[in-house]
Amino acid sequence: MSASLSFNDLPEIAQSAIKQALSRGATDAECTISEGQEFSASVRMGEVETLKEAGSRGAGLRVLIGKRMGSSYTSDLTPEGIRQMVASAVDLAQLTTEDPHAGLPDPSELGSIPGDLKLFSDEVAGLPADRKIDAAKRAEAAALAFDPRITNSEGGSFDSKIGGRVFANSRGFSGSHRSTYCSVSAVPVATHNDGSGDKMERDYWFTIARDFSGLESPELVGRTAAERVIRRLGATKVETQKVPIIFEPRVARTLLGNLFDAVQGMAIYRHASFLAGKLGQKIASDKITLIDDGTLPGLFGTQPFDDEGVPSRRTPVIEKGVLKNYMLNTYTARKLGMKTTGNASRGITGNAGIGHGNFFLEAGEKTQEQIIAGVKNGFYVTELIGSGVNTVTGDYSRGAVGLWIRNGELAFPVSEVTIASTLQEMLNDVAEIGSDLDFRGSVSAPTIMIGEMTVAGR
Amino acid sequence: MPFSDSFFATKFGITERDLENYLSEALSRGGDYADLYFEYLATSSISIDESIVKSATQGVSLGLGVRVISGERTGYAYSDDLSPEKIRHAAQVAAMIAAGPAKVEKTPLEEGPRRNLYPVVTAPSETAFRERVELAQRADIAARAYDPRIFQVQVVYADNLRQVLVATSDGVLNYDRQPMTRMSVFVLARDKDGVPQQGHAGGGGRHELDWFRTVRTPEYFAQEAGRQAIVQLGAVEAPAGEQIVVLGPGWPGVLLHEAVGHGLEADFNRKGVSAFSGRIGQQVASPLCTVVDDGTMGGRRGSLNVDDEGNETQRNVLIENGILRGYLQDKLSSRITGAHATGSGRRESYEHIPMPRMTNTFMLAGESAPEDVIRSVPRGLYCANFAGGQVDITSGNFVFSASESYLIEDGKLTRPVRNATLIGNGPEAMKYVSMVGNDLRLDEGIGVCGKEGQSVPVGVGIPTVRIDRMTVGGTA
Repeated sequence: MSASLSFNDLPEIAQSAIKQALSRGATDAECTISEGQEFSASVRMGEVETLKEAGSRGAGLRVLIGKRMGSSYTSDLTPEGIRQMVASAVDLAQLTTEDPHAGLPDPSELGSIPGDLKLFSDEVAGLPADRKIDAAKRAEAAALAFDPRITNSEGGSFDSKIGGRVFANSRGFSGSHRSTYCSVSAVPVATHNDGSGDKMERDYWFTIARDFSGLESPELVGRTAAERVIRRLGATKVETQKVPIIFEPRVARTLLGNLFDAVQGMAIYRHASFLAGKLGQKIASDKITLIDDGTLPGLFGTQPFDDEGVPSRRTPVIEKGVLKNYMLNTYTARKLGMKTTGNASRGITGNAGIGHGNFFLEAGEKTQEQIIAGVKNGFYVTELIGSGVNTVTGDYSRGAVGLWIRNGELAFPVSEVTIASTLQEMLNDVAEIGSDLDFRGSVSAPTIMIGEMTVAGR
Repeated sequence: MPFSDSFFATKFGITERDLENYLSEALSRGGDYADLYFEYLATSSISIDESIVKSATQGVSLGLGVRVISGERTGYAYSDDLSPEKIRHAAQVAAMIAAGPAKVEKTPLEEGPRRNLYPVVTAPSETAFRERVELAQRADIAARAYDPRIFQVQVVYADNLRQVLVATSDGVLNYDRQPMTRMSVFVLARDKDGVPQQGHAGGGGRHELDWFRTVRTPEYFAQEAGRQAIVQLGAVEAPAGEQIVVLGPGWPGVLLHEAVGHGLEADFNRKGVSAFSGRIGQQVASPLCTVVDDGTMGGRRGSLNVDDEGNETQRNVLIENGILRGYLQDKLSSRITGAHATGSGRRESYEHIPMPRMTNTFMLAGESAPEDVIRSVPRGLYCANFAGGQVDITSGNFVFSASESYLIEDGKLTRPVRNATLIGNGPEAMKYVSMVGNDLRLDEGIGVCGKEGQSVPVGVGIPTVRIDRMTVGGTA
C-alpha cells in the first residue's frame, strides 16, 4: 500500500486529496499527512525487557462546502484509500449544520517561519540499537547502584522518534517539516521498613533532546531518579492545615497545563473557563509572566507553522499579572472577533483544536534553595496525582507527595495528602518564582511558591 | 463462521497458511513464543455545540503487530501495511529479540471457541450517519429544555467497529468483531451573573444504535447532565481532612479500579513493584468486600469475547470477603509465573504491546439498605459521581475526584459540595468499609482506563458503601 512512498511523495498526495475534494464540490479543503518511526528499548534489572521498532503513516482531510464542514482520515495512502477519504469527508459535510464561523484561515494569515528551527537530526536515524540499549542500561544501573535501599526497578528506557508532517490547503499553503527526539529515563523502586512492614516508593527522571548528543548522561538520569525515590522513603501523612506550598519545576509545569486549558479559545467562547471575559484584567500576581512561543529553535514546542498553516509566533499570555491574550485557532478567533494566534493543533482525526508552542513561565531571581530557606512551615510538592482541577470554576484539589519544610529546610517526606485552593486564589497568591527555568518538554516552569493552600491529611 | 469466512480472510485474503508462515518467520531466531494481532478500525464521531453540528468525522485505520517473546524479553514491531513483504519484515524485526536458531515447534493453529457477548447485527457505525446526528440533536434539545439556567450544551457522539484477528505460535486462532458506541452530554449552567458550573453525563457500550432509543435515551443523558450542573450551582466548599465517606452506587466504583484493580495487574506483581505484591491470601479489605473483574457481561463497554491475545475473557474474583484472591494476567506474566490465563491481556491498538488490564470491575452487593447506610452517618460526605482517578501502584496511594457530592449531617444529605479529591492507600482504604448496600449498580458505559500511555474502554460498579475513614481534599 504505502510501502514504497517516501516523505517527499507526501506533499503530492496531500495536493491530490485537495484537488479531488474541490472537484467533488468542496469549496475549500485542507489535508494533513504525518508519519513517524519509533524505536524504544526498555531494560529491567540489567536485562533487555522490550524492544519495539516500527513506523506508520496517516492522512486527515477537512473539507468545507460553503459553511458546512466534514472531516475524515485514513491510514491507507494508496490512490484508492485517498479517494475513499475524500468521498467520506465530502459526504459528511452535507450532514453538518452551517456554521457562520467555519472556514480556513485568510490567505494573508498563512505562512511558515523561515530558517532552520533545529528540530531534526540525521543522527537519530543512524543510531545503532546497541548504543540505545546501552544508554537505557546505564541509566538503570546508576539508579540501582546509588543506594542499597534501591532494591527493585521498573527499568531504564530509551525512546526515539522520527516524525514528519505535511500540510496543504486549497488557499495555496503547502508546507512540511521533520523532527526528531530521543530520551532516556529511569524508574527505580526503593524499599524501607517502617516497623509495620516493607513500604515501597518509586520515582523517575528523564532527559530529552533532539539528538543523542544533546542528552544528559544516563548516569545523571539514574542518579537523579535514585535521589528522588530515596527521599520519599518513610513518608507520613500530616495534620490538615493551611501552609505555603512550593511546587518544584516538574509539578509547576502541571499548573501551567491547567492555565493553558483555561486560556484556550474553545473554553473561552463557551464561557467554560474562569478566565473567560477577563482579557486585559489583572488576574495574577505581578510576578507572573506567561509566554507561548512556538519559534524557539530546537525546543519541543517549536514548529514552523500550526495545523492550519499559520506561522508559529511568540504570544504573551499573562504579562506581570495581566491577562493579555488567549490561545486561538482560526475558528475560535472568529468566534471571539479576534485573530488566530497560530495555535491550531490537530491529529489525523477530527478538526483543529488548540495546542501550545513552548508554554512557559518567565524565571524569577531567587534560587529554589533561597525560596525554601524563607519558609518556616510549608510543603514542597514533588508529585501530583489525580484530575481534580476544574478550569470552569477554578476549583483545585489534587493528591500530593513531597517533603515538609521546617525552618527553611526540607525536613521529612509526606504522602497521602491533598492540596486544595482555587486557581484564582493561587494565581494572586504567587509569592515567589524561582530562577530554575529548564525547557524539558513543551511546557516549562521554574519553582513556584504559593502563599497558602489547604493541605488535607489526618 | 469458519476462518475462511472471517473479516481478514475475505477482505485481505489472509489464509491460515499465511499466518503460520508469518509466525515461523517471527520465531526464526529462536524466540519462545510469537503472536500476530491484526486490527481494522472504523470510527465515526459527531460533535454538536451551540446547537450546530460543528463536526462530523469518520475514518479507517488498519495494521498488524507482531510480538516475539524470548524468556522475559519481548520484541515488537508493527506495520500499517498488510502486504506479505511488510508483514514478514515486521516479523523479522520482532524476531531480533532472540538470537539463535529456531527452536520452537509451533502448535498448529486451531480456531478458538466462539461466543458472542455482543450480538449486534448492524453496528452503529454501519447505520446511516443522519440517524446518529438526529440522536445527538435530541440530546442537545433536551439539555436546553431542562432548565433555563443552562446556557451551553455540547453533545459528542462516537462509535467504532473494530475487527481483530489473533494468531499465536501456541496454536490459538481467534477473531472478533467489536462494536462500540457512546454519547456524552456536557452542559454549563449559571445563575444570573453567577459562576458557571458544569454537568456531564453519558453512556454506551457494545450495542446497536437502537439502545439509545429503547434503553438509555439521549434525553436521559441530557437531563442527568443538566441535573448535575444545577445541583452544583448551590455547592459549598468541601471539607478538608479525614471523614466518613459514603459512596453512592455506580460510577463511584472507580474507587475499586484505582484502589485495588491496577495494583492487582500481574505485570507489576511479577516485578514486585505493586503495593499488593506477594499479598495473595491476605486480608486487604473488610470482610464485607468481594470484588470481581468480569469481561463476560453482555454488551458492556469493558467486555470482550476474546482478549487482545486471543484468550476468552472470564469472570475473575480479585478479592473475596476481604481476602486477596488473584491477579489479572496477560500471556507474558502467566508464562513467567505459571499462573492460569485470566483473559486480561489488552492493548490500545496494533501499535501497542498487550498488558494485563481490567475489563468491568465491581463490588458485589451486600445486605444494607442504601437509606440505612446514609442514616448511619452523623457527619460525613456522600459521593454520587466521580470524574476520574489515578493510582501510584508502588506506594498504593490513589485518588479519585468527586464531581457530585453532598454533606451528610445527622444521617441526611444536606448541601452539595464543590469538587474535591479523595485520597487513600490501596491495601488499607478498603479495610474501613463498614457497610455495603444491596443496590449494586454499574456505570453507564463511558469509562476509559489509561496505563503506560495506552487507553482501553472499561466499566466499573459498586453498591452504596460506607467507608469509616478517608481523607477528603477540600478547603473548608
